[in-house]
Parts: sequence; C-alpha cells; structure tokens
Amino acid sequence: MATPAIRIEGLRKRYGEGEAAVDALKDVHMTVAAGEVVGLIGPSGSGKSTLLKCLGAVIEPSAGRMELGGQVIYDNGWVIPDLRALRRDRIGFIFQAPYLIPFLDVTDNIALLPMLAGQPDAQARARARELLEALDVGHRARAQPAELSGGEQQRVSIARALANRPPVILADEPTAPLDSERALAVVRLLEQMAAQHHTAIIVVTHDEKIIPTFKRLYHIRDGCTHEVRT
Amino acid sequence: MISLAGRDILHSWGKFVLTGLGLGLLIGVTLSMAGVYRGMVDDARALLNNSGADLWVVQQDTQGPYAESSSLRDDVVRGVLGLAGVERAANVTYLTMQVRRSDGAPGAAASSDPVATGGDASGEVRAMVVGFEPGQPGEPGYLVAGRHLTRSHYEAVADVRTGFALGDRIRIRRHDYTVVGLTRRMVSSGGDPMVFIPLKDAQEAQFLKDNDAILNERARTAANPAFNRPGVPGLLEAVQAAQSANHSVNAILVQVRPGFDPEAVAAPIRRWKHLEAYTRVQMEEILVAKLIATSARQIGMFLVILAIVSAAIVAFIIYTMTLGKIREIAVLKLIGTRDRTIAGMILQQALGLGLIGFVVGKVSATLWAPVFPKYVLLEPADALRGLVVVMLICTLASTLAIRVALKVDPAAAIGG
Repeated sequence: MATPAIRIEGLRKRYGEGEAAVDALKDVHMTVAAGEVVGLIGPSGSGKSTLLKCLGAVIEPSAGRMELGGQVIYDNGWVIPDLRALRRDRIGFIFQAPYLIPFLDVTDNIALLPMLAGQPDAQARARARELLEALDVGHRARAQPAELSGGEQQRVSIARALANRPPVILADEPTAPLDSERALAVVRLLEQMAAQHHTAIIVVTHDEKIIPTFKRLYHIRDGCTHEVRT
Repeated sequence: MISLAGRDILHSWGKFVLTGLGLGLLIGVTLSMAGVYRGMVDDARALLNNSGADLWVVQQDTQGPYAESSSLRDDVVRGVLGLAGVERAANVTYLTMQVRRSDGAPGAAASSDPVATGGDASGEVRAMVVGFEPGQPGEPGYLVAGRHLTRSHYEAVADVRTGFALGDRIRIRRHDYTVVGLTRRMVSSGGDPMVFIPLKDAQEAQFLKDNDAILNERARTAANPAFNRPGVPGLLEAVQAAQSANHSVNAILVQVRPGFDPEAVAAPIRRWKHLEAYTRVQMEEILVAKLIATSARQIGMFLVILAIVSAAIVAFIIYTMTLGKIREIAVLKLIGTRDRTIAGMILQQALGLGLIGFVVGKVSATLWAPVFPKYVLLEPADALRGLVVVMLICTLASTLAIRVALKVDPAAAIGG
C-alpha cells in the first residue's frame, strides 16, 4: 500500500489544566490516501474544529502522532520547527466562507501563496491562471472578489488551496452557504481536484446533502473518531 | 512580491484620500505655524537689514528702539559723527500707530483685500511710522513705485502692505501726508508695515502734544510763580517754548567705516557718551531671542499639540482599519504570511497615509500662506523636517495596530 497522505495515531488535545481541563480530542486515528476525499462529521463540540486546527498546525496537540505526505510533523511534540512554512507549502485551506483577500484581484489571491513560498511573480500568476482555467473561472481572472458570485468565490478559494500543490487540503464546511445543487457541485469539484492533483482532502461538514457522496467518512464523538464506510 | 499595502490603498483609495485630506489640513496648519515663526524671525532680520545700520545708539540702560522705549536728544548725533570709525550717523524715530486715509474712507487696496494688505474695513492700518533723514541710514532701501521724499514735510513712503497707493493722502496725528513712494518688505519686528516720513514731522507726531494740551500747559506754567516771576522778563516765554519744542529721537543709526570693528566703535559711545550702543549681532539677539521668544514658545507649544493630535488621529485611523481586517489577517497568517510582511503592510499604509497628508498639507500651506495678514515664510528645510516628523509619527502611530495584528490567532480563520 502506498504511503497515506494523512496518518493520525492516538492524537489527543487537552485545553486547560487541573479540574478545569477539557479533553477535546481523546483518541483520534485517521488515515487518508492521496487523491482521496474523506468526510469528517460529528455533533457540535465533538472536536471537529480542534482536529482541523491540530492538522492545520495552528494549535499544538497534547499527545499522539501526525504524518503529512509521509513526513512526521508531530510526535508528542512538533517535529517541524517552521509551522508557518508547513502551512504554506504542505496544507491547503478551504473555509466556510471564501475569505478571499478583498484588495487583491482573483489571480493575485491565488498567486499570493506561491509568491510567499518564494516563486517569481510571473510563475506564480501563471499557476493561478492555470488553476482558474481548471476550475472554470478563468474569465474572472482580473475581477475583484466582491464582483464574483458566491459559487465563483468558493471556486477561487479552492484554487487558492491548491496553489502550492499541497499533499493535504483541509476544508471547513465548504458547502455551508450553498444550496443543494451547488453544494454537490463543490464536492464533485473537490473529488476531481483530489484525483487530478493527488491531494488528500478532509471535508468537515454538517451538511446532510453531501454526506452520502463520501466513500469514506470519519465520525467524531466525544473526542474519538470512528470510521464509517458508506 | 505583491505590495499588500499598495493594493489595499488602491482598493480603498477614496477612504485613504479623504482621511489623508483631513490629516493633510492638520499638517498644513502645523507647517503654517512653523511658517509664522519663520516669518517673525525674517521680519526681525528685515528690520535690521533695512535700517542699513551697523550700530544702534539708544538711551542708556534700555534695549531700544524696537524692544523698549528709548529717547535721546537729537543733537547727540553730532558727537557720534565725530567718533573714530563712524562713516555716517542719523537720527530716527519709530512709532507704531493706526494710520488712516485723511478723508476717513477705506483705502482702495485696504478695502478690496484687507487681509493681504494688513488694512481693515475702516481703512485704518496698523503701521510703524519711521522718521528719518533722507539720504541717511534709516531710509527705505528701495522703492517699487514713485520716488523718495524730496520735501521737508508732509510726504510719505509706504510699504505696499499698508494698502496705500501713490497719491493717497494719509493722516498721522495732526497732519496729512501724501504718499509719494511705495516700498516692499519694510516691516517692524511685529510684522506691521512701515510708513516713512521726514524726521521733523515724526518727532512732532511722537512727542508734540495737541493744541488744547499746549494751551492748558501754558496756563499751568503761567500760574506757577516759579516760572512767572515779576521782574524777570522772558522767563515764562522761555519755559513755555522749552515745553512745546521737542528735540528727542528714539535712536541713532550708525554706519561704520570699512575696516573698523563695530564693537570697537561702540565702546567709546558707551564709555564717554553715556549711551547704549548695540552691534548688529546684539540687536538681532534682542529681536529674535528676546522680543519674539514668548511668541516662539507659544508656537512651539502649538506645534507639539498638533503633532500629538496628528499622531492620535493616524493611530486611531490605522487601528480602526486594522480591526476591520482581522479576518483577512488571520487568513494571511494561516496561509503562511510572515509576521513582518503583515507588520510591513500596516506600517506602509500608515506611511502612505502620512505621505498623502504631507502632500495635501504642503500644498494647503503654500496656498493659504499669502492670505495671512502677517508674513508666513515656508522654508523647504522646514518642509523636509516636517516630512521626517510626519513619517516618524506615522511609524509610531502604526505600532498599536501592528501589535493587534500580530496578536491575531491564525486559528481564528477556522470556524468552531
């Protein structure tokens, strides 16, 4: 079996200390292959966002082990010193709302990531245009984010997540503001992008419309994950 | 790499320009305040330059004639002329007063542009009346229109800022004078334009009492048995004549022969004539360091307050703008933007705002400076210093917003 893009073993996260301590994650295990889209569901307060933040290297877990693209990033402590570079180069983020930078046009919203990684401007913009074409929003390349429809903005945010060719994309309820038809279209798009770019995508969702579309789901409850095959 | 600050400014240029405009007007006021101070210093120097003197001889124990009242007899000049090293010496009088047209009507220039000319709607002008001897030190250096005084009485040369025109009749005390010449940049240390009249007329204007007062004084003298003794013919007339005549001036302006040190010429005047003599350097010290020192401190206080207000405004604006971008900053940090890039963006925006403000301020100050009633001197070096201070203030003001931005948690971009 090929090395999984994401492997999490015994991940724990505790907030606070002593009697006030809360165990948001108690025993999380997860494996996602490259090119696979996996759903992560669970009730409010079950630990979905905490898991996403741990995977996104924005908060530090309390214990466990995490691998991204075959590289151990956490083993009872961060293994990689530069978490900012890790987030920039190896993790793509898609948010509930697109959160595009309002003062950059569509192309530069995407090109900013390769530029931050040190790519020349022309090369970064070429990469942005390539992704915009692939996501059928190439004609809006020079538009400002405020000029785009909700669906177009979400496509641009997907393109931004793919800009640095990360092995992992974390999508935080990406279909929440969309109707059924558009929500399903976004999931199909994510599957298509995952397959094309060999990227593992974890989609955190409450959206019952799209849950049946996932081949594999992780259900998180009380800080523990359970795999569900659909 | 994209300039995030530049893009943000372009994206919300209206907000930036309007804010910069407001800040710019404040900076314009600040530059004008500095210009007012420079103008006062320049006026003081112009006064010294225009007098054409190397030494000012004044009453003992006074710092006259500009800073304090000074009075000395007009025949002292003869003794001064005899001293070694004195090229020329002449009496002068200075009297600051309201001068008006003799018909009482507002002057044409004064009424049409009272601010630019220093006049007011009633046609009166606050002016320094200078009494001088034609061809001697104290005479206006150059004319822009008309001619110098050629008659002994009742002619005047006026600075253009009085608003008077050639041929105008102006009233000084009891007499009317015809304006025969116009000069420029002849002002007192307080910035009042000068009106030059013959020395004798000026002595009268300054020291001679009105007719009623003279009559009253004569009656008082006649009633005094000490001055009206029987058997002493001519005593009363002599005393009365002495009372109504005047032989005082405010100062003697001295030009020193080439090769002589003004200080060396001043020493015997102080020692043997029992008068005070000031060199150019000493007189400049009196005018700049003493006469306008309080005004300078006043303006300095205004400058400090304006700088603090500007800093507070920039800090508040940048802080508010940063608070409005917290989510974007969280996203930028989440996707790997360095802290220094985000700090740089905020700093550049603050500096951009300062730059817009400075340009608006400089243009505003340049446009409104000529409208001020007194001379406002905007020096390029002050503008340069102002730019540096504005940039420093903006840098300082941005630190609060930068602190807030750097505290933004990238996790804030992820919901839940």
